[in-house]
This record gives sequence, structure tokens and C-alpha cells, in this order.
Amino acid sequence: MKYHKVPPEILAIGLAFLLGIIVLLVTGYPPFRALGALFRGAFGSRNAIGQTLTQATPILFTSLSFLMAYRAGIFNIGVEGQFLIGAFVSAFLGVSLRQVPFPFGTLFSLFGGGLGGALYALFPALLKVYLGAHEVITTMMMSYIALYLTSYLVNYPFKASGWVAQTEPVAPSALLPKILPPTQLSLAFPIALFFALFVFWFLERTVPGFAIRAVGLNPEASENRGIPVRRYQILAFVLSGFVAGVGGGGEILGVHGRFVDGFSPGYGWDGIAVSLVGRLHPLGCVLASLLFGMLRAGGMTMTRTTKVPLDLSLLIQSFVILLVAAPYFVRFLFARRRSREG
Amino acid sequence: MYLGLVINLSLFQAMVRMATPILFAALGGCLCERVGVVNIGLEGIMLTSAFFSVLVTYFTASPWLGFLGGLVSGIAWGCVIALLTVRFFGNQIVVGTGVNVFGLGFSAFLSQKIWGSRGASEAVQSFVPLQSLVLARIPYLGPVLNEHTFLVYLGFSLVLGLHLFLFHTPWGLRLRAVGENPQAADTAGVNVLRYKTFGVVVGSAIASLGGIFLSLAHLSFFAWGMTNGRGFIGLAAMIFGKWMPLGCFLSSLLFGFADALQMRLQALGILPPQIILLIPYVVTILVLSGFVGRAVPPARYEPYRKE
Amino acid sequence: MVVLSVRGLTKHFGEVIANDHIDLDIEEGEIHGLLGENGAGKSVLSSTIYGLYRPDKGKIFLRGKEARIQSPLDAIRLGIGMVHQHLTLVPHLAVWENIVLGREPRAVLRVDRQRALAGIEKLLEETGFRLDLTKRVVELPVGVQQRVEILKVLYRGADILILDEPTAVLTPQEVDQLISTLRRLRAQGKTIIFISHKLREVFALCDRVTVLRRGKKVGTLPIGEATFELLAEMMVGRKVFLDFPRENLRGEEVLLELSGVFTDPPGVPLREISFRLHAGEILGIAGVEGNGQSELAEVVVGLRRPRAGKILFRGKDITAHPPKTRILQGMAHIPEDRHRLGVILDFSVMENLLLGFEDQPPFRRGRMTLDLSAARAFARRKIEEFDIVTPSERTLLRFLSGGNQQKVVVARELAFEPQLLLACQPTRGLDVAATEYLRNILVEVKRRGNGVLLISADLDEIRALSDRVLVMYEGRVVGELSPESDEYHFGLLMGGKTLEVS
Repeated sequence: MKYHKVPPEILAIGLAFLLGIIVLLVTGYPPFRALGALFRGAFGSRNAIGQTLTQATPILFTSLSFLMAYRAGIFNIGVEGQFLIGAFVSAFLGVSLRQVPFPFGTLFSLFGGGLGGALYALFPALLKVYLGAHEVITTMMMSYIALYLTSYLVNYPFKASGWVAQTEPVAPSALLPKILPPTQLSLAFPIALFFALFVFWFLERTVPGFAIRAVGLNPEASENRGIPVRRYQILAFVLSGFVAGVGGGGEILGVHGRFVDGFSPGYGWDGIAVSLVGRLHPLGCVLASLLFGMLRAGGMTMTRTTKVPLDLSLLIQSFVILLVAAPYFVRFLFARRRSREG
Repeated sequence: MYLGLVINLSLFQAMVRMATPILFAALGGCLCERVGVVNIGLEGIMLTSAFFSVLVTYFTASPWLGFLGGLVSGIAWGCVIALLTVRFFGNQIVVGTGVNVFGLGFSAFLSQKIWGSRGASEAVQSFVPLQSLVLARIPYLGPVLNEHTFLVYLGFSLVLGLHLFLFHTPWGLRLRAVGENPQAADTAGVNVLRYKTFGVVVGSAIASLGGIFLSLAHLSFFAWGMTNGRGFIGLAAMIFGKWMPLGCFLSSLLFGFADALQMRLQALGILPPQIILLIPYVVTILVLSGFVGRAVPPARYEPYRKE
Repeated sequence: MVVLSVRGLTKHFGEVIANDHIDLDIEEGEIHGLLGENGAGKSVLSSTIYGLYRPDKGKIFLRGKEARIQSPLDAIRLGIGMVHQHLTLVPHLAVWENIVLGREPRAVLRVDRQRALAGIEKLLEETGFRLDLTKRVVELPVGVQQRVEILKVLYRGADILILDEPTAVLTPQEVDQLISTLRRLRAQGKTIIFISHKLREVFALCDRVTVLRRGKKVGTLPIGEATFELLAEMMVGRKVFLDFPRENLRGEEVLLELSGVFTDPPGVPLREISFRLHAGEILGIAGVEGNGQSELAEVVVGLRRPRAGKILFRGKDITAHPPKTRILQGMAHIPEDRHRLGVILDFSVMENLLLGFEDQPPFRRGRMTLDLSAARAFARRKIEEFDIVTPSERTLLRFLSGGNQQKVVVARELAFEPQLLLACQPTRGLDVAATEYLRNILVEVKRRGNGVLLISADLDEIRALSDRVLVMYEGRVVGELSPESDEYHFGLLMGGKTLEVS
């Protein structure tokens, strides 16, 4: 097989699944039954596909968010935090703007969520650009802060009556309509696809997109040619936060209808992995987010039928990330296999 | 009066205790960075070793074997990270992210399998605090330093040991050279790859001690995500400490104080827990933005390629 | 007696053949020059001998016995030492730590500092150097750093010293000092391989010289049998014309004026820089690297704000203007480090040509969209106009040769007929053909009535091209000379001495 022609990302995914199978074998779970359940849960039926796409949606948003910042040379690993803040702001607006008719209620809430994410990203952006604070650590801290802050808000001031830590339900006029009943798939999915197209167009066909890419690849040369580096770094960072915030809003307005404490199983982390697997290209993000959506959706079925913990998907994800990080390593492994055969 | 409830002897004792995992992370990160590898995966390494040490202790009823188990996991991760970043020029930040995700997934997965719960393990044997009569007699400082588990004292000795190693031994000199100018080291005949690998593996091993502390000394069980960002806070402590072992020690005390304060306030129930939990993270951001500014790291972070 | 020889040494880098079956014999106790232009393969050959590269074919022999050199450690063990073109010292370590690195004298587990210092003191006596061993390397001037490199090599007991382009960073006086040091070492029985592309120095120093061209050895001769013209022809393969007739085209208009400019650290602080550059002239800035030239360039371009003083461009005060404005007003810049400041390696040729112009019509269409077809047409025109060798305008810049990369920079900078061109080390790292091309371009800019500010550490280049020359030393302009002035006078000013008023 011509391994050297296959992109290392595909090889990495294949290897990751292989490692997953090994883990299952070692821990005494039936690997092929588990994986079978996984795939069935991901595409086995109309409902399954709906579930896959529903899970893929927030991941697509967060991956586009990470991509936007990364192209400017910024490691925004706090995507999860911006996602959560966006979700909360959307929920807040959705609950408060009861009088606003559809579709304006939805639009405002969604946009407000994006704005929330953008502002939340603005703070570490300014810290990085003007104070040199490393964004990896600051955005990570901001993620924890977002987690605890939203948890506090939804457990105390904004808590709805009852046992569960969640807000009041969002007004029906602010919800995103479902597009594939009876699944949870909502308008958020096509909106995410639209964002993917927008990000591509923005980066490749506009002046600020060109500048952002230049700054990401060589900030000194860009500065020498008159491009205001700081301005574009901040812009990219803030846009990144905006996309993540919209993603959060999409989850609230499209799936849950209210902000629930702990609703995100780590979509932010998924987004980072997806971005990298997708070679930092919007189309790649779409494809890779479908893959990870599949892992999550199928994972739920897998857990239900075979008792394999859901975290297997997280494990496979980590294998994918590790292998995608070092394409030379993947090539090395497959090159040796080739030379043994050939 | 109120203040007395918060600020007292046990708070400072707690400060030393909570500084320890951060110190291990900072020292480990320091060693990695001094050979030119940004180890974002410290969090994952600590989480994995926290889990592993509990796992081994559970099956062997010996926290010492658990300690060994945790240490082995740290060394193993160090080898993997070194392989991917040093030997195969992988992106350091991506690899680190992978380590972190692995830590979360792996611990939950096995935890579910063995104890039937993703969230926490059963309680296991843990380390007991050591008493020293000598320390007990020193006023003020004595009680603060007394009655800690051996890991805390190990942390202190590592600070001294690492300082001596880096600045007074030939291998420390070469290691520093490898990080700052690998070409210079190479032409002086120093094996760059070997020293980078050594730095990453030993650095990861040191960081794993922090995880062991959390699950076998601070608590006596494993809880999902129990590191809670301490790996990253350790990196901040390292930057604040200007990549010097002594500096790492002092800044870890600062963060340890924030952590201890947060726990004390939670116990007193003054504010909702989530707000209090914010304290260490806010402190970290303040440190990174307020005092450090543009700190210059001691090494270059590109992978070193020989022709 | 032949102390070192290579037979059939070959080294590839991808498709490029850097060394092509080279045979070479070095006699013991001689100073052997290795001459060739940039890219001829001199550095590759010496790096292979030193174990930094492994040859694809061929053998190395030391005193008649075959030597397997897999790494610098092997080379050092065999008594070969190398002083590199780009200094390989660790900036934040002390001088003595750099010298003993890898060979540290030990007392149990610790570094024995006393013994180290004592050992180095002995070497200082032998070489006649005077150094503060405890200072950090980063605090020393480049000429002194080079001495540390030489000591490093001697500390390891090298009998064969390879020096790769050692004079690139030295003033003429420092070059003299280096030459006498090397003669002293020869007198002690050391063998020296002296790599250079500067004919004058090779003549002054070497006993025999080998010429390389495009990876092959052209020939070896005793220096007595060589002449400038012969060696130059061997280096290039044809007759070379690098001299230009001097034309006085100086106009009335003052294009650029700096008056009383002061800057602060980081970097070398500039002190009271004042000069005028007229239309139709090439003003050269001479000086050893590291005396403020980079900072001067930054001030002119707009990347550094002066603490005091004014910068006037065509009469207008632009001191506060950012780089973008200056570019739009007609200033162009060929930076000294093209990979860092000039191009984006992972951008295509077209995107690099667009860099800085992307927000201007005709490349910007509407409020923020790019007109890619206009950009493509522009790129294709420039590729043809400047004869840039590239598969297409979409090729990433990292796949172009150094000379072609520089052509992209030049094409971009000259695209909209700038009034002022700031050229920093424009021909560094380029082969003779590209150098010739670029110098012609600079002269052409002058002929069209515009101005060139030429900053170069290559004194020959400055003198060949400039109408007037200013010399910089430690952040000041210490004198103005005519390009025809004696090299000795240049050397004095570059070294910080004053000219006697006679």
C-alpha cells in the first residue's frame, strides 16, 4: 500500500483507532462489539446521523475558533471558556428578551453570545499583546474561571427553581428551530457550516485575512511592511472568541434551551484536536468535526450497549492529537512497515 | 477577629503543602524548558501519575509502591514526549494538549472499569506526615515546616539539588548550553539529543511527583480532574521564578498561599465555593500580566535538526 | 608532510550537490586557503571534515590513516578544531564556561572552576590574548567573541584549525590582528585552513590556496604562483566586472535628512545622527556590524522611534510616521535579514509580492476583499521583469534559491518607483551573478533620479557603489570619506580612531 501518499492525518486516525482497540482488549472489553456499537450509534439510523451532526456542531464552532487564532500565531487553548461564556450570555439574553419575536430574539441572543465570547477573549488578547503574558496559560486560567463563574451564576443568582443547576428556560421566540425531528439537530448545524465558509473566505479572500495570515507566519516581516501586527493579533483573537461564543449560544438555543451546569463535555478540547487534524483548513475542520461528532454520538450508544466507558472516545482523541502532532513519527512507523514488506 | 480565623498557623502550613505540587510542576517544567521544550502536558502528566499511584496502591496496599508507580508513569510520559518532540520534531504545544486529554480520558476510563465510578476512586492508604522534634522547637518557622509528608521535604531538597546540578556540575552546564544554543553545544561535542531527552524525561518525572502528592499525600484517593490546572499554574510559577529553581520555590509558595487561602475560605463557607475556587486562577493571571511582563526564556524552542 | 587529506568527498542536500568528488591535501604547519564564492561548497567541506555533516561518498585521512568522523567529538579527538562563521557561543554563559564546555575539569561531581581558569590562563599566555574570563559572552564585542572561539578550539588541543569566514565581522585593523595571531599559531606548528571569499586576505595570509566552484575543486596553487585575476577567474569561471563607472548624478532635492537623531536601548544607542541624502546619489554607510547600522535602518524605516531628533523625507517631517505611511510616501527597504524581515517563506511568490500593498487599490476591491486576479497579473509581470526563477507565482517562497528570494524582495520594493531605497547588506549570501544583478539595480535607481541609502559591512561593496561614504562607530557617524579614500583611513574610522588632521 502506498503509505507515503496517504496524508499523515488519515494514518494517525487509523492508528488511534488501532490503539483504542488495544486498550479495549487489555482492559477486557469486547473491542469489535464496542466499535460496532460506536459506528451504529453514529450512522446506523436517521436518529443516529442526527445525533452525530448535533454533536459535531459545537465541535465545528470551537475548531473554527481555534483555527482563526492559530492562523494569527496565537494558541487560544481557552476556547472552552469562551464557549461557556457565550453559552451563558445567550441563555441570559434568551430568557430576558421574551418580548422580542422570532427570529430577532434568536439572532440577538446568538449574536450576544458571540459578543460575550469575543469580549472574554479580548482580555487575554490585550494581556498578550501589551504585557507579553503567554496566552496558553492565561486562556487556560480564563477557562477555569469561566467554568467556575458560570457554575456559580447558574447555582445561585440565575438558578431556576428545582433541583437541577440550570437557568430558566429560554423564550421559545429565541430558540433555534430543529431541522431533523425527532433528533436534536437544529439550525445551529447549517449556521456552523456557514461559519466554516465564512472563515475560509475571510482568511483567503480579504485584506484583514491576508494580514492575519502574514502576521501568523512572520510577524517581523509583516511589521516591516507596515502591517500593524498587534492590531491583527487582537482582531484574530477576538474573532476567535466570537466564533466560540456563537458556538456556545448554538448549543443553548439549539439543543438545551437553557444553560445547564456542566453541559459541555469539553467541546473546547475537541475543537483544538479537530483543528489540528483538519490541517487548520476550514474544510478539514468540517470533516474532522464530523469524525469527532461521530465518536461522541456513537460513544453514547457504545456505553449503553456494551458498558464501555464514554471516555474511550476521549482516549482515542488524545491518540489522534499526539499522532497528528508529529507527522514524521507516523511516517516513520509506516515507512518501516513498507520496508519490511518491500 | 474574623481574620484570625483565616490567617493562622495552619494556613501557612497549608501554604507549604499546597505549594508542593505546584513546585514539582514548576521544577519539572523548568528542566524541560531549559532544554528547549515547552511542556504544556505537565497537567496531564500530573493527572496520570495521580491516578496511577492510587491504582498501584489500591492493588498492593503500599503507598510506596504507588509512589513508584506514579513516578514510572511520569518517566514513561517523558519518554513519549521526548520521542515525539525531540526525535520527531513534533509540535510541542500540540503534544502537550494530547497528554492532557489523555490524562482526563485514561483516568476516567480505568476508574470506571475498576471502581465503577468515573468521578472518584476508592480510598487508599496514603502517606503519613512526618514529625521532627528539632523543627518543633524552632519558633514560628518550625511548626510551619513540621509535620509534612516526605514529599514536601523531597520538594525542598529537589530545589537545592536542581540548583546545584544546573549551576555547578558539568552536565548542568551542558544542559543549559543545549537549550540556549544547541548549535554551540553540538560543535563543542555535546550530544544535543541526549541532553534534550534527559531534560524532558527527568522534568516529566519531577512533575509527576506533584500528581503523586495530590492523590497520596494531600488526599487519599483519586478524583477526576483533581489537578485542576496546577500543571499550568506550575508553568506560571516557573516563568515568575525566572526559570531558576530558587525562583520556582518562592513563586510556588505564592501560588500555594492562594490555593490554601481558597481552601480555608471554602471551609469557612463565607462565599459560594465557585467564587473562592477562582482565586488561584485569578492570581495566576495577575502574576503573568502584572509582574512578569516580557520575561525572556532561557532556551530556544525549535526542534534541533542535524543534517 | 601531509597531515589531512580528503579523497572523493561528496555531499548532497536533496538535489543540490554541495561537494562534488573533492580531493584535497593539507600540509602540516601551513596556512591553507579555501577560496570560493558564496555557495561554492567551502563551508560544507569544512563542516564535513569537522563531523557536522556525514559525507555521502569519499574518505578522510589523517596523517595517512583513514579517519571515521561521525560527529564533532570525533573530530575534536583527532585534533581538529573549527571556528565557525556564525559564532557558536552560548550567550548567557561566561567566557570560561564556553571555553571548557564539553571538557569541563571536574572535582568529584562539580565543575572545578580553579583548574579551568588556570588552564585557560596558560592559553592566554601562548596566544597573547587578553580577556576577562568571567564576563558573559553576550556582553563582549564580536571581535572579542571570535577570540573566545579560537581559545575554545585550542583548549581542546587542536593541531588543525579550520576558520570559516572569520573576517566577516572584523575591522581592517582587527583583521590584521587576526592575521598575526594565526601566523603565531603557525609558528607553533599548528595547521590552519582559512576559508574566505576575500582575495586580499587570502593573499596576505596563506601559503597555498585551493579554489572551489559550484562544489568542485578547480585547483590548488602556492600563493606565489597566484594573482588576483587568476584566482577571481577560477572562482567565477569567467571574467567578472564588479566595478561601475562613477557618475555624478546628484540632484538638488534632499530626499532624506536626519538631524540630531538619538535612540535608546535595546540595541546600540544612536547618538546625534545627522546627514543628508540627495536625489541621484548613493550614500554608503560603512562600519563593522553592530555599530548601530541596524538601529539606523529601523529608524529610517519607522520601526524604531528616536528619543530626539527629526527625520525628514522630501522636506516633510516623518519622525512620527509608522512604516506603512513611509512606504506609501515612496520609501522602500531591502532588509539585511531577508528571512526574518523581508519575506514570508510559507507564503507564495504572489503573496510575498503583495505584502504591504494588500490594502491598496488595485489589489483591494471594495472595502476589504482582495482582487486576486489583479494580484496574479501583477505577480506574473514582476516574475518576467525581474527574471525570477520559479515554477509559478503560487510556489511557496521557501522553494526559491536565495538569489531569487532576494529578487522577489527587490521586485516588490521597486514596484511603485520609490524615491528612496534603503538597502541593507543587499548582496549577503548571494552568488556573483545575483550580486552583479543587484548592484546594477541599485545603480539604476540612482540613474532614475532617486536615492539609495546603502548599509553594508562589505567595504568593497560600499566603495564600489557609493558616491559618498559615512562611517559609523558605536552609534555615531564618525566621519565622511570619499569612496576613493584609502582603505587604511576607513579602517581607522571603523575602529573608532580619528583621522589625523594633516
